[in-house]
Amino acid sequence: MRKFREFIIEKLVLLCGIASIFFVVLIFLFLLKEGFAVFKTVHPFAFLGGKSWYPISEPPRLGILPLILGSILVTVGAAIISIPIGVGCAIYIAEIAPKKTKEILKAGIELLAAIPSVVLGFIGMVTIVPLAKMLFHLPTGLTALSGSIMLAFMAMPTIVSIAEDALYSVPKTYKEGALAMGATHWQAIWRVMLRAASSGILAAVMLGIGRVIGETMAVMMITGNAAVIPHSFFAPVRTLTATIAAEMGEAVIGSEHYFALFAIGIVLFVISFGINVTADLFLHKRQ
Amino acid sequence: MNPHRTQKIAFSLLFLATFLVVALVGAIVVIIVQKGLPAMTWQFISDVPREGMRAGGIFPAIIGTLLLVGGAIVFALPIGLLAAIYLSEYARDGLLTRIIKLAIVNLAGVPSVVYGLFGLALFVVFFKFGVSIVSGSLTLGIMILPLIITASREALESVPRSFREVSLSLGASKWQTIQHIVLPNAIPGILTGTILGLGRAAGETAPILFTVAAFYLPQLPRSIFDQVMALPYHLYVISTQVPNVDEKIRYGTALVLLALVLFMNLIAIIIRYKFRMKKKW
Repeated sequence: MRKFREFIIEKLVLLCGIASIFFVVLIFLFLLKEGFAVFKTVHPFAFLGGKSWYPISEPPRLGILPLILGSILVTVGAAIISIPIGVGCAIYIAEIAPKKTKEILKAGIELLAAIPSVVLGFIGMVTIVPLAKMLFHLPTGLTALSGSIMLAFMAMPTIVSIAEDALYSVPKTYKEGALAMGATHWQAIWRVMLRAASSGILAAVMLGIGRVIGETMAVMMITGNAAVIPHSFFAPVRTLTATIAAEMGEAVIGSEHYFALFAIGIVLFVISFGINVTADLFLHKRQ
Repeated sequence: MNPHRTQKIAFSLLFLATFLVVALVGAIVVIIVQKGLPAMTWQFISDVPREGMRAGGIFPAIIGTLLLVGGAIVFALPIGLLAAIYLSEYARDGLLTRIIKLAIVNLAGVPSVVYGLFGLALFVVFFKFGVSIVSGSLTLGIMILPLIITASREALESVPRSFREVSLSLGASKWQTIQHIVLPNAIPGILTGTILGLGRAAGETAPILFTVAAFYLPQLPRSIFDQVMALPYHLYVISTQVPNVDEKIRYGTALVLLALVLFMNLIAIIIRYKFRMKKKW
């Protein structure tokens, strides 16, 4: 009887263990199931490379290039801002800050991670957006630049905490060796620690970028939602995520528009899958 | 250049970067509290929205969020905990374990709006649950699953091996050991992870957009197949979709949402702190 119970429990636990695999596969299958139908009418290349997104015109024009470019533009902007600041933050917290300050700083970063993205979007709307409008004399502050600034900020917790872990796990002897050779603390950090932690820092940056590409609410609220090919940082753009969030409510279930939004979901899923697997490889390389 | 001067400049820049981020976080919280507090009246918390959400309160949205979060945790905690037990107590190092860990990482990385699509396709359309509390809760539950698994696994793995060995050597079975020795010692860690999951679920908007959230529904749900309003979606609606909403109401809603999420985080931090003081090993 006891053996039987142990057996049942072991199987149940195993079942829950593989539930994560099950859900990942399930998500992908259902995105495919709903999204693939769009390729009956639109060729995949025409979908990915099409320059106009007019999903409710007759006939609908379903090219997501403007959305892809919108996502790329906002993400590149966010990366340029967040990588140096985020890695700098991680170095300061891991290496320089005194112990008590360190705890406060870490709590501050964790606090940022806890703030819901819709709250950050709201704050962005009432601070960054009017500021951008005023500083650059634009007709609207809802621009790619505003989105990039907000997203850079939102990527911070991911980048800082993973990069800090990477720096922390560099063997103490590396630093001691460098200091013993007469290097200053900064030289030890710059020439030894950063190199030794490079794969972990790279993973941190990648996961931060993954966060940025997947972010939805804040970006929808402050980038202006214009589904046209962007020409500058100072114009409104529309990202892949924002398109889904903004249009799914109006799309009729089973319509071409509905299928196309799911196909965008496939694109996003594949991107995040790629980023996470690669980042995971980098993190494991370190160990 | 003198290496010591270089160091001074570099360290000052690093300090500035860190200070910038943390100060902005502080400023955001201060702004919301300061501008949201004037809206905090009993009526705001307990009344339904009136005049096209330009007056009245946010009671249905608060209740909606609590229901969604409760549903999500009822679904995610048992599966997440058992999955964590599998990874920490049963799994051997091998391909399967590697794939499970990778799946967890991926699940954590799926964009929140894609969870929304998935919930729409599976729960709303395929299972015909409709746009309802069930659909929304299940979607949020799957979304916070990786968080709960990771936190619970860490908690279970931090229970010393010797505890298990003593129990097994006294003749207890593997499950008895887990049930009576490992789990009780890991509960604070599991609780912390669960509460952080609650906070995450409470703040997410994109997964509930097409699965449950109602634009304007000034009444409470009667069954789990009803739609509800939810705080994060309500904040989105009144800040972008409805013109001329009093700023006070917007900030007030943001404050209630922020307070709810931070309150949960605070509880998690307190549990973690108390546990560290009490730890017997």
